[in-house]
Amino acid sequence: MINEEFDAIVIGAGMSGNAAAYTMASDGLKVLQLERGEYPGSKNVQGAIMYANMLEKIIPDFRDDAPLERHLVEQRLWVMDETSHTGIHYRSEDFNEVKPNRYTIIRAQFDKWFSRRVREAGATVLCETTVTELVRDDKGKVIGVWTDRAGGAIYADVVVLAEGVCGLLGTRGGLRKMLKPEAVALAVKEMHFLPEEVIEQRFGVKGSEGCVIEAVGTISHGMAGLGFLYTNKESISLGIGCLVSDFTAKMESPYALLDALKNHPSIRPLIAGSEVKEYAAHLIPEGGYKAIPQLFGDGWVVVGDAAQLNNAIHREGSNLAMTSGRIAAEAIIQVKRRNDPMTKRNLALYKTMLDESFVVKDLRKYKDMPALLHNNAGNFFTTYPRLMSQAAQNFMRVDGTPKIEKEKATTAAFIKARSRLGLVSDAIRLALAWR
Amino acid sequence: MTNPVTKFRVEDKLYQNRYLVDSGRPHIKVRPHEQPSANLLALTRVCPAKCYELNDKGQVEITADGCMECGTCRILCETSGEIEWNYPRGGFGVLFKFG
Ligand SMILES: Cc1cc2nc3c(=O)[nH]c(=O)nc-3n(C[C@H](O)[C@H](O)[C@H](O)COP(=O)(O)OP(=O)(O)OC[C@H]3O[C@@H](n4cnc5c(N)ncnc54)[C@H](O)[C@@H]3O)c2cc1C
Ligand code: SF4
Repeated sequence: MINEEFDAIVIGAGMSGNAAAYTMASDGLKVLQLERGEYPGSKNVQGAIMYANMLEKIIPDFRDDAPLERHLVEQRLWVMDETSHTGIHYRSEDFNEVKPNRYTIIRAQFDKWFSRRVREAGATVLCETTVTELVRDDKGKVIGVWTDRAGGAIYADVVVLAEGVCGLLGTRGGLRKMLKPEAVALAVKEMHFLPEEVIEQRFGVKGSEGCVIEAVGTISHGMAGLGFLYTNKESISLGIGCLVSDFTAKMESPYALLDALKNHPSIRPLIAGSEVKEYAAHLIPEGGYKAIPQLFGDGWVVVGDAAQLNNAIHREGSNLAMTSGRIAAEAIIQVKRRNDPMTKRNLALYKTMLDESFVVKDLRKYKDMPALLHNNAGNFFTTYPRLMSQAAQNFMRVDGTPKIEKEKATTAAFIKARSRLGLVSDAIRLALAWR
Repeated sequence: MTNPVTKFRVEDKLYQNRYLVDSGRPHIKVRPHEQPSANLLALTRVCPAKCYELNDKGQVEITADGCMECGTCRILCETSGEIEWNYPRGGFGVLFKFG
């Protein structure tokens, strides 16, 4: 199909692939990027909050023309039971800065924009092209790819696997193992359209200010999971994700979970009257530090979700993807400049550089969280939220019960539900994993 | 305590989405089986597009037209060989407008 040899082939035009292709092409490398979707973004799903610093490191002037929805000035954390939510709200005028820190985006639009920048930087981008297999030489070095287009293999010095969480090529090629159901969440999401003024009114924001809500509790039916509601300019992204292992064990339907969330008395008024224009589903890697696979080999590196570089606790993924893509590209550029071959030994530079970045440092910090949440979903997502609601209600309802009795009742409820030892051990384990 | 969940069908949700179906070339297939394993059976509930259904013989069947290519069924049933999973050909399948 293309009888040219490239310095690098990038598989995938998501966050990580675009960052890698852009960085290499900007440095003058001959880059081919392959994307299976009709256009970049047509297969991709995100909440979506985009972190400015990580994109700024790649495209400093992105604010001039990137499709950004709202910059965030307020974040709410809700613990929910069936009829209530207990929450922390943080809002600050400081977030109304010249160069805001976080934005909501719409992935399909954002990816198209990013891809245009990649082309402008000089890369060749081919969409509607599914890579079907890695080509290896007789020593096992990756030297190119096969695609589902007519024609032969395409060759390059190095292949960047930016293929996302499902990672077909890497797993089939034996570069890494299949994801385990307990190390990956399935998220479903809907786009609710509402007039701009209505969104501003309901969330108390003006202009391009935005607000996000993250929610845990009985909404995930005892499974380890998270609900989210993000404000865009004229729409609200609403979704929920839980571990695949939990969905399977409980035989729960994700769409039923999402519909229950939409009907929750705390959420319903926020989306009332909206027009739903899309329903999407996607996986999120949640295995954390311990699930990071081999990141490089002879003729290849893996970046982004395909490498499990996703921080589920802070629901950050796109920034880790962009950063790993950029760092992989920088490592490849260095090896290339020295005129060295793209061997495993030389590409180890990528891992060295990544280990030094926030990407691996953050994941290492929470290395015990995934297992903790997986094994204690019932307590963290059902028992505690219910207890919190009871405690708050006890505190607020004025009914002539002496306060001391109320306090005792609250404590007793906690102990009854989880035992004194259970409470203490949960607290300690949470604190240790959080450390 | 629980809220009344309004009646809805997943089909109505999927109706909002754009697809380019590769007619006659389903990208996911279920291998013939006597009785579904627990994981395969779970897909009748867990697949977010409700692609998997139980037929009257108690076997699991797939209609992949509404598939959103999330990969959940692959994670649950590819290793055991119960399903054969591939991406649709380039350009085909779900086309998210927003994502
Ligand atoms: C519901 C949800 C909410 C999220 N919310 C947030 C959030 O608010 N903030 C945040 O930072 N992160 C969030 N994330 C995580 C974030 O979306 C991911 O971490 C990020 O998209 C990973 O980027 P990536 O480039 O590694 O993979 P992707 O963006 O998935 O890109 C992979 C690309 O490769 C292509 N591809 C795959 N295989 C092939 C092949 N064989 N041939 C050709 N092309 C191929 C795909 O079509 C796709 O374009 C969320 C994820 C989900 C699912
Ligand atoms: S990939 Fe996802 S949407 Fe498609 S059939 Fe499998 S579980 Fe269902």
